Amino acid sequence: MKTIKLVINRKELEVPAGTTILEAAKSIGIRIPTLCHMKLEDLHYENNPGSCRICVVEVEGRRNLAPACKTECAEGLVVKTYTPRVMNARRVIMELILSNHPFECLTCSKNGYCELQAIAHDLGVREVRYPGEQSVFPIDRGPSVVRNRNKCIMCRRCETMCNSIQTVGALTAVNRGFRAAVSTAFEKDMKGSTCSYCGQCVSICPVNALSGRSNQQEVLDALDNPDKITIAQTAPAVRVALGRDFGFEPGAPVTGKMVSALRSLGFDYVFDTDFAADLTIMEEGTELLQRLTRYLHGEKKEKIPLMTSCCPGWVSFVEQHYPELTGNLSTAKSPQQMFGAIAKSYFARMLGVEREKIVVVSIMPCLAKKYEAGRPEFSVNGNPDVDISIYTRELTRLIRYANINFEELPDSDFDRPLGESTGAAVIFGTTGGVIEAACRTAYELYTKKPLGPVDIEALRGMEGIRSATIDFDGLPVRIGIAHGLGNARKLIEEVKNGTSPYHAIEIMACPGGCIGGGGQPFHHGNMETLRRRASSLYRADKEKSIRKSHENPYIIRLYKDYLGEPCGPLSHQLLHTHYFDRKKTVGISDETNKED
Amino acid sequence: MNVVKTLDDLICLRDSLDVFPGSDHPAELVEIKISMATCGIAAGAKEVNRYLAALLEREQIPAGIVQTGCMGYCYAEPTIEVTLPGSEPVVFGYVNNARVDDIVTHYIRQGIMPEDAVWIKDRIQTDGDASPRQLHIALRNCGHIDPENIDDYIRADGYLALGKALTQMTPDEAINAIADSGLRGRGGGGFPTGLKWQITRRAEGSRKYVVCNADEGDPGAFMDRSILEGDPHTVIEAMVINGYCTGADKGVIYIRAEYPLAVERLKVAMRQAKAYGFLGERIFGTDFSFDIEIRYGAGAFVCGEETALIHSMEGERGEASVKPPFPSEKGYKGFPTNVNNVETYANIPAIILKGADWFSAIGTGKSKGTKVFALAGKINKVGLVEVPMGTTLREVIFEIGGGIKDGKKFKAVQTGGPSGGCLTEKHLDLPIDYDNLLAAGSMMGSGGMIVMDEDDCMVAMAQFYLDFSVEESCGKCTPCRIGNKRLHEILQKITSGVGEESDLERLRNLAMVIKDTALCGLGQTSPNPVLSTMDNFYDEYIAHVRDRACPARRCRKLTRYFIDPEKCTGCTLCSRACSVDAIKGERKAPHVIDPILCVRCGTCFDKCRFGAVYVH
Repeated sequence: MKTIKLVINRKELEVPAGTTILEAAKSIGIRIPTLCHMKLEDLHYENNPGSCRICVVEVEGRRNLAPACKTECAEGLVVKTYTPRVMNARRVIMELILSNHPFECLTCSKNGYCELQAIAHDLGVREVRYPGEQSVFPIDRGPSVVRNRNKCIMCRRCETMCNSIQTVGALTAVNRGFRAAVSTAFEKDMKGSTCSYCGQCVSICPVNALSGRSNQQEVLDALDNPDKITIAQTAPAVRVALGRDFGFEPGAPVTGKMVSALRSLGFDYVFDTDFAADLTIMEEGTELLQRLTRYLHGEKKEKIPLMTSCCPGWVSFVEQHYPELTGNLSTAKSPQQMFGAIAKSYFARMLGVEREKIVVVSIMPCLAKKYEAGRPEFSVNGNPDVDISIYTRELTRLIRYANINFEELPDSDFDRPLGESTGAAVIFGTTGGVIEAACRTAYELYTKKPLGPVDIEALRGMEGIRSATIDFDGLPVRIGIAHGLGNARKLIEEVKNGTSPYHAIEIMACPGGCIGGGGQPFHHGNMETLRRRASSLYRADKEKSIRKSHENPYIIRLYKDYLGEPCGPLSHQLLHTHYFDRKKTVGISDETNKED
Repeated sequence: MNVVKTLDDLICLRDSLDVFPGSDHPAELVEIKISMATCGIAAGAKEVNRYLAALLEREQIPAGIVQTGCMGYCYAEPTIEVTLPGSEPVVFGYVNNARVDDIVTHYIRQGIMPEDAVWIKDRIQTDGDASPRQLHIALRNCGHIDPENIDDYIRADGYLALGKALTQMTPDEAINAIADSGLRGRGGGGFPTGLKWQITRRAEGSRKYVVCNADEGDPGAFMDRSILEGDPHTVIEAMVINGYCTGADKGVIYIRAEYPLAVERLKVAMRQAKAYGFLGERIFGTDFSFDIEIRYGAGAFVCGEETALIHSMEGERGEASVKPPFPSEKGYKGFPTNVNNVETYANIPAIILKGADWFSAIGTGKSKGTKVFALAGKINKVGLVEVPMGTTLREVIFEIGGGIKDGKKFKAVQTGGPSGGCLTEKHLDLPIDYDNLLAAGSMMGSGGMIVMDEDDCMVAMAQFYLDFSVEESCGKCTPCRIGNKRLHEILQKITSGVGEESDLERLRNLAMVIKDTALCGLGQTSPNPVLSTMDNFYDEYIAHVRDRACPARRCRKLTRYFIDPEKCTGCTLCSRACSVDAIKGERKAPHVIDPILCVRCGTCFDKCRFGAVYVH
């Protein structure tokens, strides 16, 4: 490979051709601040418009300052990243950004996690010498995402995420000059846009222009209400991400402390969404086998491939962009909704209370789950199966709010019966996990033989689109997997064109699956954080004594005592759903939105 | 119309074309040309045309009327050129129906110059003999030929250069001719045109594009429009040559939708060029094929920047992106794309025909050929001029432009539009070329030249240009999006009379940082009006912030009107004209202006017949 010699801050170095000054500097430990630039190599995400100009450096012989993120190293280049001219420019640019940014740091939910704040601090900005007119945009409180364009710094990371990676096309730059901002088509609110509520824009926004809708107060009110029985359910991806903001290593599993924290907050029962994940496998696995059997027996009307339906961002994407293909979606509800339905029927009966007395709070890595919980079909007489959905960062805030010393909490176990889960459920939190769990169960149900090695490595990995053929004792079942809606679009286009080779497809809207959800602690562009969360989930799966959903004793009892059989009449009533054509009417009405 | 297949075909065709086809005695005809570009039409040229044609017919005068493009005398529109058989052409300005009567009765009928006719004496000939100052290369056909008649263009050696390039030169030879001529981009940047073509030629790509940048947007600039309206074929011919040289088979003209007449004439020209085979398959019987399409810009100034232009053509948001990669390597749809501006193209056929040596003999060391300027502002002869590089500002403004209006004193001239800087008295003898203008703190730009006199406030002028840059910024990079806004706000503060001395330091620092860090040419040059006025007129800035006074008395909030009691006769004209009743006084007694009520509109100053109202 061709290499290039250059000098940065009087240090000589050699880098491969094509390396930018930013990357070269990083390789020798020089940190040049960046705002708009963001690269998530595993996801093929790169936002590099070279527009914020905070990374400018001096290059000898060049008339003006060079953006380090966009300037490739050239032979003999002499670069200075720290001179009075550079530092003055960076400070002025920072002051300009701040001059059009609300000074609300102390009351902003991004306080302490804000990249703009961090760089302003590093630059030692103590005053804004260039104050002036500020942008005034109305705040748009959507079902999952809150947009405060007054805080937008036009880095365009969200635009790249929404268009290039997710191919949703909800966000784009509008207007020009000082009035330029990222917005939706015709500057409608998010509800009126093509937004799928995945929340990926929130997860990469350096400031708080995009944030998740907050429902913390509703949780506190429910916990404070003596007439209510409060039940928490926690999604698999939360336990390997929550620790980060309390000083644990990225990916460190903090399941036991999380359960203790929820008890300390005052929840009457702390259950696990993983239980419902096992239930999902029972229903979805059975549905797959039924559909596949009918299909293989020549019923060509049968919709194959079966597409998973546990991701609400994905479901919303199909309803909006491919309504003609909703028939391919599994009718099984997502684990969050299955849990709510069971908690308010089976468990309510066990407690001998009306469903209205129970408040189900889900703790999710996800912003779309808020939207999903609010879908009217997931309620009985106006009482929702899941009352409140909060995301991981909201739980962090609640723990801090309630004076809980998370780091020193003892570990404790989930309550029974809805807290027991298998390894198959744990891996729901990462891409490929749902279909692996389904295969473990479907294989044994179909072949009536025990599965050899439980780990189906062929389904794992971080590539955006993966495929594998699993041998069901002579029946080759072809599986497709995609994470990120852009990759999902490629698979669903094949389905639309009739060229899809698969029998079953797993889709997760967020890159990496739920571990990379829009409600997770910010990764700030560090891919390693996502990788560690994934491997942590696979480790937790390995450490479980039971690793197949159909072997979960509490699931077996649930069917025996209550549901009957998978995909039976009661299951259909409680655990299955239907979909809508939302091509023209996008969004739901909601009056109780709050800014994050 | 037959397809022209060889160079000889074209030469035969050229020699066979008559000025007035169908006329039995063309030599006895009176030839009349009417300047019918947008400016002429706006001034009433259509009515003059209609009236003149009817009159000539009624009087049975054998004449041929040709509608041409811009002759360059914007100040005197409508203009017509009359050539009596056997006489030199004479140009009349400020023509209206009454003057048409005079011209017909006196000049055309009797050969006598009518008494009150405005006779423009410095009509420029293509070879430059008639005028010592101007030399028309890019404008060689403007105002001479009918832009909607390809035969007129062919009679003026049109498409000869294309034929020569295609049949007698290799692409490299043609590129070398352009490179050796020393032609540099006329859109503002001044990049060597031949080099650009060479880079595009060498760039790898399964296909290539040639683009004509006709998104002229500088306030007060109309060079490109005039060329397209007056001589569209020259641009088409040059683009085909460019396609041949670079290996492109497709050309795109990106033109402002606000130029409907230019678009219309381009369309007509393209149709005619296709009919003759100058566009389309196997041009001049060779294997080379080329076609052109037109794309419309929505009037964003930044889309004149080549990367923004390409994004706009692709259907993306019109905003610039970081170079490299340059469009010549990776442009439209990712393919190598050669972008040149209208005026640059207009030079190409002449260079191919007359040779690189002819062209490079004109101009200065590193700036060859001529430059078209749009003269505007406080100058007597507002118009379009083309002068050899190296002509001084004094020659352009005072000799060609006729000096400053109303005998006022020259103060400054802004070249390069909102991206340029202002030049002063001390720069008047500076030979105009790319490098000299840059060294003096301005730039060539696309050729706008706005002249200011003693009544212009330079701080307000900087504010005016910043206003434009703030409006036209695409909003992509921080320095341009917010920085220019803040510059504008500080200037506004100063011209409103609440500026402080510390503002000047802030202003300069911010301007320098924007220049140093903005993403594209628009942002990097937008502080130039501020920096150059600060360099050349710092005392005016000081007067605004320290003395709270506007020396040019333009900044309303810094001026006050008084009535000299010695001179006031108490005629009451001012008090009756004052719209806010700020002037009090008895009849035949000196009047007084109430400074609190006064809104400084200046009406009293204009009304007073005794010079009693003064400004301080």
